[in-house]
Amino acid sequence: MLIRRPPDIETSEITDEKLYWNRREFIRSATGVVAGLATPSVLAACGEPRRAEAAERRAARDDELTPYEDVTSYNNFYEFGTDKRDPSRYAGSLRIRPWTVTVEGEVHKPGVWDIDDVLKLSPLEERVYRLRCVEAWSMVIPWQGFSLSEFIKRVEPTSHARFVAFYTLHDPEQMPGQRRRILDWPYVEGLRLDEAMHPLTLLTFGLYGRTLPNQNGAPIRLVIPWKYGFKSIKSIVRVRFLREQPVNTWQAEAAREYGFYANVNPNVDHPRWSQARERRIGEFRKRPTLMFNGYADQVGHMYAGMDLRRNF
Amino acid sequence: MQIKSGTCMPVWTSAATSEPGRVSILPLRRALKPAVFLTSLVPFGLLIVDFVFDRLGAEPIEEITHRTGTWGLTFLVITLAVTPVRRLTGWNAVIRLRRMLGLFAFFYVSLHFLTYIVLDQFFAFSFILEDVAERPYIMVGFASFLLLIPLAVTSTKGMIRRLGRRWTQLHRAIYLAAAGGVIHFLWQVKADTRRPTIYGLVLVTLLAARLVNVSKSHGR
Ligand code: HEM
Repeated sequence: MLIRRPPDIETSEITDEKLYWNRREFIRSATGVVAGLATPSVLAACGEPRRAEAAERRAARDDELTPYEDVTSYNNFYEFGTDKRDPSRYAGSLRIRPWTVTVEGEVHKPGVWDIDDVLKLSPLEERVYRLRCVEAWSMVIPWQGFSLSEFIKRVEPTSHARFVAFYTLHDPEQMPGQRRRILDWPYVEGLRLDEAMHPLTLLTFGLYGRTLPNQNGAPIRLVIPWKYGFKSIKSIVRVRFLREQPVNTWQAEAAREYGFYANVNPNVDHPRWSQARERRIGEFRKRPTLMFNGYADQVGHMYAGMDLRRNF
Repeated sequence: MQIKSGTCMPVWTSAATSEPGRVSILPLRRALKPAVFLTSLVPFGLLIVDFVFDRLGAEPIEEITHRTGTWGLTFLVITLAVTPVRRLTGWNAVIRLRRMLGLFAFFYVSLHFLTYIVLDQFFAFSFILEDVAERPYIMVGFASFLLLIPLAVTSTKGMIRRLGRRWTQLHRAIYLAAAGGVIHFLWQVKADTRRPTIYGLVLVTLLAARLVNVSKSHGR
């Protein structure tokens, strides 16, 4: 059931929620590839056997979609409060239209984009990704969006651009959590340019075939499935291309605990808890966490030769 | 109120029922303990009800951990408030509630601990040992829980009599356990330290009230 949708998503691109299971079953049986990895490129290549380890396959095969209800009521979005239920309770005060995204820094085409013009850049795709929170829980979520690279290409980064920083809206009127200085508002996240250009990095406008609910980062957010959830910044108003690596909010808050890369890595623990396992929301027993959240085949090469223990 | 006895004797045994005018308070006094008992069970009851009706949210295990931990610490603090409240208000009957409140603290902390062992870790002892050894917040929580066990065990009348002065000394450990609970809480939150800070301030206030009182009585 569709509550609201941006005018530019074609109806054919919106999957009815009831069809999800059938569709997933179809994808699974037709391709033998889990939906969690069903990016277009992977789907195209799914005829060949994948190199994934047996354990990874086993763990990935039982990726069931996390119910919509849980995806939209259990959120870390401190702009609306630090309790997981706060965002679903209080995010109603966020006004998602009009909404603009400012592009600045090392780009040939800086400017202010209206969200509806961003939406027109490329047809929305549906991607089912695992989301692994740094707090050791995870979900499987069907998102709608297109690769961030589509957007980045339009604004033409200069040859000096090596990093991209993203900023969340800062407006305590609309975001009551910002009335207390829990974090150094506005929330900032950053990516290396190659990470930002990676096809898996999704500029996201919807989930479960609906416009993003406010508590999930409406109207525009990132989803970077191989990194801990806090990298997938919500309600973006500013994108800045940089020469130097930016300091992201959680790193500023506790550099010992949260790094710039924040790649999901079961072998590098958070100082206060283990990252070896995770609880999939809705499941009882914990399951092993996968390297790069199970996307090692697609993204591992970007970190070849890097000391992941130091660059956590 | 006519209770002047400084002993551990339950006060109602000395209530002078023959005096006119006191008779009417008696049922109230009798009702106090059962009333507090039932009230103290409310958080547990709600937990059961919310579990049965699937109202514990997307991550029920986390919710149970948080609720039992919060109530365990709250009851520890309430227990510690009993003596200061008595001194401040002169309401002596409140002391009769102290043991029960302390045991409720132990009840909720035990549920909290069992939630961790059974629901959260599902007896994965290698992970539990790693947690206890390597995660300071778990280590402190665990130590506080261990500390509460001898207090619960020696809370019977027989033990109070048998241990005498040593009982009083032993049971001062509840301050340590509560402080450990606050530190445990503080060390596990991300960024938002408001709730553990409030517990910490209340605890420090209670301890200060206690110390001021001790030094006063020593001065005399
Ligand atoms: C006197 C003993 C203890 C007290 C007073 C206590 C109290 C608390 C409190 C107040 C919280 C936070 C609840 C919230 O966020 O709403 C908490 C969380 C927690 N406690 Fe305890 N606790 C104690 C012992 C233990 C022990 C022995 C363990 C396990 C060995 C433990 C494991 C945990 C865990 C896993 C959490 C949740 C952490 C999270 O959600 O990230 N606690 N505890």
